[in-house]
Amino acid sequence: MSRPHAGPPESDPAILTRAIESLLTEKGLIDPKALDAMVDTYENKIGPRNGAKVVARAWVDPGYKARLLADATAAIKELGFSGLQGEDMVVVENTADVHNVLVCTLCSCYPWPTLGLPPNWYKAAPYRARVVADPRGVLKEFGLEVPETTEIRTWDTTAELRYLVLPQRPAGTENLSEEQLADLVTRDSMIGVGLAKAARGETRA
Amino acid sequence: MNGIHDLGGMHGLGPINPPASEPVFREPWEGRAFAMFAGTFVFCGYTVDEFRHEIEKMDPAHYLEAPYYAHWLEAFKACLIKYGHITSDELDARIKLIASGGQ
Repeated sequence: MSRPHAGPPESDPAILTRAIESLLTEKGLIDPKALDAMVDTYENKIGPRNGAKVVARAWVDPGYKARLLADATAAIKELGFSGLQGEDMVVVENTADVHNVLVCTLCSCYPWPTLGLPPNWYKAAPYRARVVADPRGVLKEFGLEVPETTEIRTWDTTAELRYLVLPQRPAGTENLSEEQLADLVTRDSMIGVGLAKAARGETRA
Repeated sequence: MNGIHDLGGMHGLGPINPPASEPVFREPWEGRAFAMFAGTFVFCGYTVDEFRHEIEKMDPAHYLEAPYYAHWLEAFKACLIKYGHITSDELDARIKLIASGGQ
C-alpha cells in the first residue's frame, strides 16, 4: 500500500493494519487485490437493500411470508441471499402487539447477507449494554416511541444464529409495487430501532 | 469468560448517539482490517471462536476505547504470532518503519 507523504500522521490502528498487511503480502500469504475485492463487496454490493427486498416480498406474498417465518434461511435464499454470517437465520415479525429489536451484547453478530456490515453504534458499548435493560429508553434515543401497550422483545444474536426484524407494512401502501415497497424499508427498521418509512404523501404515525 | 465484552445490562457507558448516516468503513484502514479476516482465516489456522477469545482477552480499557476494527487487529496479531506466521519482533520493526515514514 502506498500513501501520500503529506497529510496528518496515521493513527495507531492504521499503522498496525498496514504493518500486518505488508508483512503478510511480502510472505505471499495474502493478496491485496483479494482484500480490495472484499472491501468493494461490502461497500457496494451487500447491504440493507437485500433485506429490504426480503421484507417487501413478505409484505406482498403471504405464502412467502409464511415460509420466511417458518424457515428464514431457506426463504431468504430463495431471493439469492445467503452465505457468510447468514447461515442460520430467524425472522421475527413486528405487529401492533409486539416490537422486536436486535442486539449482539457480546460483540457484533449481525446478518451480513441481508443487512451488510453493522453500523458502529451496533458494535459499540452503549447500545449493547443498554438495549437489553432499557429497550424502550434506547428506542427513544433513535426517535422511536413504542406504545406502552406494545411488548418489546430484544433478541441477542449469537455467532451461529442471526435475526432479522420483519417491520410492519406502513398504512396506505396497498397500491405500491413490491419495488416501491422495498424503498420504504430502512436498515434501522430491520434491526428494530426504527419503523419502515411512510408512503409518500402519508404522514408518519 | 465473564469479561469486559459481556456488556449486556452494564450501566454508565453513555449515550448511543447514532449518526444519521455513516460510511461502511469510516477510514480506509477499517476496510483493510475487515478484509484481512477472510484473508487470514484461509491460511492462518485459527477458528472464529479462537479469534473472538483473543478479542475478549484485550485490556478492558483498550477494549472500550478502541474503534471496533482495532479489536480485530489485536486478534490478528495474537493469532498470526501464535501460529508462527509472523513474529512479534518483525511486527514491531515494521510498525516502527511505517510510523517513521519509511514505507
